[in-house]
Amino acid sequence: MSPEPFLGDVEHSPVRHHILSVLVENKAGVLARVAGLFARRGFNIYSLAVAPAESHERFSRITIVVDAETAPLEQVFGQLHKLVNVVEISDIAPDDAVEREVLLATIPTDVDNRTSLLDVIGAANASIVDVDAHHVTVMLAATPAGCDALERALEAHPGVELHRTGRVAVPRLGVPTHEPMRSR
Amino acid sequence: MEITGAQALIKSLEHEGVEVVFGLPGGAILPVYDPILDSPIRHILVRHEQGAGHMAEGYALATGRPGVAMVTSGPGATNIVTPIANAHMDSTPLVVVTGQVARAAIGTDAFQECDITGITMGITKHNFLVTSASEIPRAIAAAFHLATTGRPGPVLVDLPKDVAQSTMEWWYPAGVEELDLPGYRPLAGVDEAALERAAALLATSERPVLYVGGGVLKARAHEQLRAFAERTRIPVVTTLMARGAFPDSHELALGMPGMHGTYAAVTAIQRADLLIAVGTRFDDRVTGRVSAFAPGAKVIHVDIDAAEINKIRHAEVALRADAAGALGALEEMGAAPANLDVWWKEIRTWQESYPLTYDPPAEAGPLRPQQVIESIHAASPEGTVVAAGVGQHQMWASQFWRFEEPGTWINSGGAGTMGFGVPAAIGAKVGRPERTVWCIDGDGCFQMTAQELTTARAEGIPIKVAILNNAYLGMVRQWQEMFYEERYSEVYLNADLPDYVKWAEAMGCVGLRARTPDEMRAAIEEANAITDVPVVVDFRTDTSEKVFPMVAAGASNDDIMVHPSQRGRA
Ligand SMILES: Cc1ncc(C[n+]2csc(CCOP(=O)(O)OP(=O)(O)O)c2C)c(N)n1
Ligand SMILES: [Mg+2]
Repeated sequence: MSPEPFLGDVEHSPVRHHILSVLVENKAGVLARVAGLFARRGFNIYSLAVAPAESHERFSRITIVVDAETAPLEQVFGQLHKLVNVVEISDIAPDDAVEREVLLATIPTDVDNRTSLLDVIGAANASIVDVDAHHVTVMLAATPAGCDALERALEAHPGVELHRTGRVAVPRLGVPTHEPMRSR
Repeated sequence: MEITGAQALIKSLEHEGVEVVFGLPGGAILPVYDPILDSPIRHILVRHEQGAGHMAEGYALATGRPGVAMVTSGPGATNIVTPIANAHMDSTPLVVVTGQVARAAIGTDAFQECDITGITMGITKHNFLVTSASEIPRAIAAAFHLATTGRPGPVLVDLPKDVAQSTMEWWYPAGVEELDLPGYRPLAGVDEAALERAAALLATSERPVLYVGGGVLKARAHEQLRAFAERTRIPVVTTLMARGAFPDSHELALGMPGMHGTYAAVTAIQRADLLIAVGTRFDDRVTGRVSAFAPGAKVIHVDIDAAEINKIRHAEVALRADAAGALGALEEMGAAPANLDVWWKEIRTWQESYPLTYDPPAEAGPLRPQQVIESIHAASPEGTVVAAGVGQHQMWASQFWRFEEPGTWINSGGAGTMGFGVPAAIGAKVGRPERTVWCIDGDGCFQMTAQELTTARAEGIPIKVAILNNAYLGMVRQWQEMFYEERYSEVYLNADLPDYVKWAEAMGCVGLRARTPDEMRAAIEEANAITDVPVVVDFRTDTSEKVFPMVAAGASNDDIMVHPSQRGRA
């Protein structure tokens, strides 16, 4: 895995990234198999999100953003397909993807920063999901670029604690995409 | 019928047609060793688990059937990691059963617990941790299916002790559909369009070479290969993993390519305008510096594993198929190059100028290792199976033995595992008891796994071992001589320590020694005449002998170094 934090959108990212949507069997150790393969072969993962897929019991979907420089796509596909638990892989070019990511941030608040903070939250279209006397927790579900922008804006506030999920993606409607490759 | 998990495991192995298991028991696998007593399956008790793994590999390489090994948890399991890695590199079908601590103890650092599925994740084709007795049949059936189909490889099944002890209602998967492998669909069938493009490339080629790898043996495609080569008259090179896939005596055979390949094989590839690469993976020991490898050649790459195509070298035509299917289809189409007379004339001059050679031996000794191999070959029955360790002796064996049929060369290629030879030879002999089996070993390699000769004697497996005793880790010595200004660092072994004859005798084998050509011939004759117990011959060979030709690691194949006696030839 990359030690660097993921820097999201195309303008800010110097890397050519690719989004792989990998349907895997929902069995113990499958994530380790996928992550281990990437580590072994020297493919860098920029972000990774996992959740149960459509048919919850049997399959999970792993959305992996890879650095296309370290990971020739044909090799990533070929090697991933050899994992017996990988059922289907589709690759979505960033330009053809609808991508979303969730950002959660808890920010210390006081009388001095409350107004500016509300401005930032409003401008980003983020929502306040939790508050106490001294903190506010905001949530944003947006493009990686949108999350980047909010992250930068919130960095100005000392003591902010911020988490991001890593992106998930589906092909943009109306754009012809690659057929999902069935496993072999 | 209600039976224990242990019984189900043995019954499943019987169901898969297993005739022999190589293994060694211990706490976690104990329950499974009880029903073995009542099974027709032969169990061969090894002296070290690494031996079990390499025996299973030797068995698989000699017979084409999957090899089976069984060991206990913890150190038993880690001892077999090297053979698993070896089988993974060489695509050898293996099923390894490991005992595991009871389910409730997993994750608690229990006695002899180790995460063997985690350890072997990257060196198995797949592995399973079985969590209920009723799942044992499916896991075993899936393991055999995975190990033997598509690109073969090792599969590990980890069996917790309490699962082996619990009971289940016996069943067995009726077919592949019941194996629950939704992500596994090994390739089958040849893409017609790609075939057409391959035929078109062939039609315009003037200097084609068939670059044949171990996949041809795995796919049992040697007959298709021979038919295709004979009709098209395309020269054939066989990699270290493919020795025996095409007869060395054939007029179209150029021998082995790569670091220690023949001059003709290496140079034909360098000058080729088309490589038909079949079941081979452009290993660095074949390509040398990749950017300088076969610079003028287009590539037709046939491989069952799609991930091999375009991994190292771009393929103009990719045939993601089984070697037998692809070669058969090309043959059916009648795909052929034009007249290759000019090409063959050129190749013949290379063969004549730079044949494999070595300096003539002295009557008083020491022996030339190449001469020992040629003499064993000449004195042994046709179809003799040869296993090797790793080092100079391995390269000389691959160069100077003449391989005529599949399954006669048992060798560690991709991993280069010292100590492979003796146990692999034992496994090969178990699989093909009617054949004479010689292990051509190094003195260094022999010392790594020689204890399995005790197994061989105890189990009545009469292999023959030729130690090419040069008193050195010879291959490393050769590199230090050539590339480290003769600064020899930690490579001297001492020809007399251990005393190999006494050691052989202590293990119940016949021990012989030969220092001169006369003694050599006598010892080979005696060894071949002994058919009831293993024989070890300590051949005292020239310490300074080096393997030629040689392409230095990372160099271009154009910079091949021929034998000193051939230097300066046109
Ligand atoms: C397990 C293992 N350790 C180290 C090596 C590195 N190595 C390759 S060849 C070789 C020397 C082998 O010596 P020997 O068996 O005497 O064969 P020789 O080269 O002398 O014929 C060594 C140490 C290896 N291939 N495998
Ligand atoms: Mg030696």
